[in-house]
Amino acid sequence: MAEFTLPKNSRVQKGKTHHAPAGVKNIRRFEIYRWDPETGDNPRIDVYELDAEHCGAMVLDAIIKIKNEVDSTLTFRRSCREGVCGSCAMNIDGKNTLACTKAIDSLPDTIRIFPLPHAQVVKDLVPDLNHLFAQYASIKPWIETQTPPPADSERLQSREDRAKLDGLYDCILCFCCSTSCPSYWWNSERYLGPAVLLQAYRWINDSRDENTGQRLDELEDPFKLYRCHTIMNCTDTCPKSLNPAKAIAEIKKLLLQRQEG
Amino acid sequence: MKYRTPLAKARGLGAARSGTTRWWMERVTAAALIPLSYWLVKLVDLSATTPYAETRDWLAAPVNTVGVIAFVAAAFYHAALGLRVVIEDYVDREGSKIVLIWLVNLGAALLSLIALLAVFRTLQTG
Repeated sequence: MAEFTLPKNSRVQKGKTHHAPAGVKNIRRFEIYRWDPETGDNPRIDVYELDAEHCGAMVLDAIIKIKNEVDSTLTFRRSCREGVCGSCAMNIDGKNTLACTKAIDSLPDTIRIFPLPHAQVVKDLVPDLNHLFAQYASIKPWIETQTPPPADSERLQSREDRAKLDGLYDCILCFCCSTSCPSYWWNSERYLGPAVLLQAYRWINDSRDENTGQRLDELEDPFKLYRCHTIMNCTDTCPKSLNPAKAIAEIKKLLLQRQEG
Repeated sequence: MKYRTPLAKARGLGAARSGTTRWWMERVTAAALIPLSYWLVKLVDLSATTPYAETRDWLAAPVNTVGVIAFVAAAFYHAALGLRVVIEDYVDREGSKIVLIWLVNLGAALLSLIALLAVFRTLQTG
C-alpha cells in the first residue's frame, strides 16, 4: 500500500535553537529541517533567529546568512539566485517554491523550511533528483527528425508555431510541481509527473519535431501519463507560473484525437 | 535493482500503449450518468411512495425500462473504472493489484447482472 506515515527513522524531532544576538529588535524565526546521513540520527527541526534588519529580502538570502554566520553545517543547493536555475527549490511555509524568489516579507513571522516533499533526502534541504532527471531523459528531450536540415539554414519555424512553445520551454526543472503532486508521491516509479510531462508536451508541440506519434506512443500508459487526476497542485505551486496541468490535458486530448477523432 | 541505472529504472517496462479508452470512458459514463440519474431518482421515489403495481407499470414503459437499464450499465461501468483507478493509485504490489482489479470487475459485472435480472423479474410479474 501507499505509505501514509513516516518510517520510524524519518520522524522529525526537535533540534537546536540558535537565538538572535541580544539587542536585536526585528527578529525573524526560521525553522529548518536538518538531517545528516553520517550520524544515523533522526531528522530534526533546528530553529534560527535572524536579525531581519541585516538580512536580504529573499528566503535564500536568509539561509545563506545562516550558513555564513550562524551554522555552516546547513546544507542546501543554490546557484543563480534569480529564479532561472531551479537549484534552490524547497518547501517554504508549506509550499514548494524557489528560495531565491520567495520574499521573506510575504511569509509569516515563523518560516518553516523543508526539502521537497516525498523525495529521498541526501542531506538537510538537498533532495535526490536522480530519478526525476532519469525520467526527464526517458522522454528524449531533444528534437527528433528524419528529414535532414536544409543545407544552408536552420530548421524554420513560423512565429505562430514558435509561440506555441511559450509557457513550455520556460520550465527550469526545479521539480516543485512533481514533488507537490500526490499522484507522483504514491507512484513516482512509474508516473512521469507534471514537470516531465510538461517537457514531453514541449517536444510534442514543436512544429519542427517529426516524432510526435512515437512520443505519444511512449506516453500512452495508465501509469506514465494517466496517473494525473487533475489535482492541480502542480499549477498552483509552479514558481514560474507555468501550467503543467494544462500541458498534461493537451497530451490527453491529442491521444484522444488520434484514437477517436 | 541495485546496479540498474536510473534511466533503466525510469523506463521500466515501457508504455502499455493503452489507457486512453479507459480514461475517456470514465468521462463518457460520468457525463451519461447526469441525465440517467433521473431514472434512479424516479425509481427510488416510486418504490418508496407508491404501490408495487404502479411502480411496475412505470417500469414497463419502454422509455423507463431502457432508462433504468442504461443507468445500471453506466453506473457499474463507471464504478468499476473508478475503483480500478483507486487500486492502481494506492496498491503497490503487482499481484494484489491485478487480483483486486479483477475482483472489482467481476463484482461490477455480477451486480449489474443482478440489477438487470431484478428489472426483468419485476416486469414479468405484470
